[in-house]
Amino acid sequence: MSRKTPTLSKRRKAYGIVMQTLMLGATWFTVALVVFLVLYVMIGGLPHITWEFLSTAPSYLTERIGILPDILNTVYIVLATLIFVLPLGVGAAIYLTEYATNRRVVVLIEYAAETLSGIPSIIYGLVGMLFFCQFLNMRTSLMAGALTLVIMNLPTIMRTTQESLKAVPQSYREGAFGLGAGKWRVIRTVVLPGCIDGIITGSILSVGRILGESAALLFTAGFAHAVNGLFKGLSSAGATLTVALYVYAKEQGEFDVAFGIAAILMLLTLIINLSATVVGKYFQRRKNS
Amino acid sequence: MKQSKSLKRTVERVIQTIFLLLGLATVGSVLLITVYIIISGIPAIREIGLVDFLFGKKWASTATPPSYGILPFILTSVYGTGGAILLGVPVGFLTAVYLSKVAPKRVKEIVSEAVSLLAGIPSVVYGLVGMLVLVPAIRSVFGVPDGASLLAAIIVLSVMILPSIVKVSITALDAVPEEYEQASLALGATKMETWFRVSVPAAKSGIAAAIVLGVGRAIGEAMAVMMVSGNVPNMPELFQSVRFLTTAVASEMSYSSGLQRQALFSIALVLYLFILLINAVFNMLLKGGKKQ
Repeated sequence: MSRKTPTLSKRRKAYGIVMQTLMLGATWFTVALVVFLVLYVMIGGLPHITWEFLSTAPSYLTERIGILPDILNTVYIVLATLIFVLPLGVGAAIYLTEYATNRRVVVLIEYAAETLSGIPSIIYGLVGMLFFCQFLNMRTSLMAGALTLVIMNLPTIMRTTQESLKAVPQSYREGAFGLGAGKWRVIRTVVLPGCIDGIITGSILSVGRILGESAALLFTAGFAHAVNGLFKGLSSAGATLTVALYVYAKEQGEFDVAFGIAAILMLLTLIINLSATVVGKYFQRRKNS
Repeated sequence: MKQSKSLKRTVERVIQTIFLLLGLATVGSVLLITVYIIISGIPAIREIGLVDFLFGKKWASTATPPSYGILPFILTSVYGTGGAILLGVPVGFLTAVYLSKVAPKRVKEIVSEAVSLLAGIPSVVYGLVGMLVLVPAIRSVFGVPDGASLLAAIIVLSVMILPSIVKVSITALDAVPEEYEQASLALGATKMETWFRVSVPAAKSGIAAAIVLGVGRAIGEAMAVMMVSGNVPNMPELFQSVRFLTTAVASEMSYSSGLQRQALFSIALVLYLFILLINAVFNMLLKGGKKQ
């Protein structure tokens, strides 16, 4: 005689099967969506990317569209943003973890950072236009765009640095203090080297965000397509790759060009995501060992 | 010796002040944004009248006499966001439960990576794909004259909020104490019942926070929506060309002047108030979840 195994009622069994199917379905759908987006953009865009496309400026005379100025503008804006946002964000994180004694100030700063990360980019664009372009008289320029992005990326850098600072063992600091080092010296020699991973991770995330940003740049950096050097470029208006994509697709109906830019952006997004993961894992392993 | 010590102390104090100022940069930025949005947003509301502005059904900024009612934008933003939540939340939620509770570690890693990629794709790329795939598809499937519509925007937004929903939900589900689940299994519940009737309720405030974060993302998105929604200030209808709060600001900014320009700033103020409210709810949910 076999022992009676407890059986589930039909309803409970059906519940299990339905939920299992729904979960798997949703997950497959999500994955399929990502695969579709990547393949669609790559297959549609890569054929349009030629050396001429990458290395020339648009010219009405020869009816040629090149995206060199947009590439340069993007590089300039990334550099300018990071140069300003890194000291600000890292400094804020150091203040919060190393100096701040007043609980209220900490809460205030963290709440401000949370608020900043929730504000939509169109609002940043608007305030950037009013404050940097008009009030500070910078006009529509890459620099005004970069400064707008500095505010946008401040919370990101601050948070990643803060996370990595928390991982610096308290005993390191105590050891340095015990040897007679002042606070500033401890920060320079013990704390800062300890938060390199946070700074690098934050920078990668910020670069990704800057590359993808368009609404905040439309009214601050404008959409000119001229090839300039770094300093001339920063003081004049210019479109980044995303803004150029928007203008070519929406205003000019140049879908081939837009597709080419989209493929480049997709490629860069892939690279950035991958490197963020790899860097994260590398630092994790180093910390654990 | 004494002098160098006091010098050292002054240096330390100066450096501390510098760090304090750097720390206050975020606070300063929030103040700057708030003050600018309020100051530039109030004049037009005063001139048009709060009720006429918020509840006026007609936006015709370049007509004579102009009409500045933003109810179409508000409703479009609300419906668009609601629709995106309706489509995006079930998919994101179920994916999150699968990844957090069922999936093997390797699968979880790979799919999470794919979801992060979704978050990293620039909004103009979503807009472009929407323009080229979604808009024609809606036109032919539903037989409407123009596919650039509220529906197209809803679909694009639902994809764009997916990563926020999946990630925040996973964090919440991962944090559910294992004892809860073990107790439920020991009492004879199946795995599926345990996950959906024990783990999910235990993580409910985190999942709610994920949804609110999605709402914030959807209501703030401008460029992708601008490219697929047709951008005509109609009252929202699924197959109509519509304009959102965000796109209303963006589409007329470059050529606006006078009262029209000020009205655009007022729209931004309305959007900002929406966002502040959403942020407050989001923080409340996250903090509430932590206290439990």
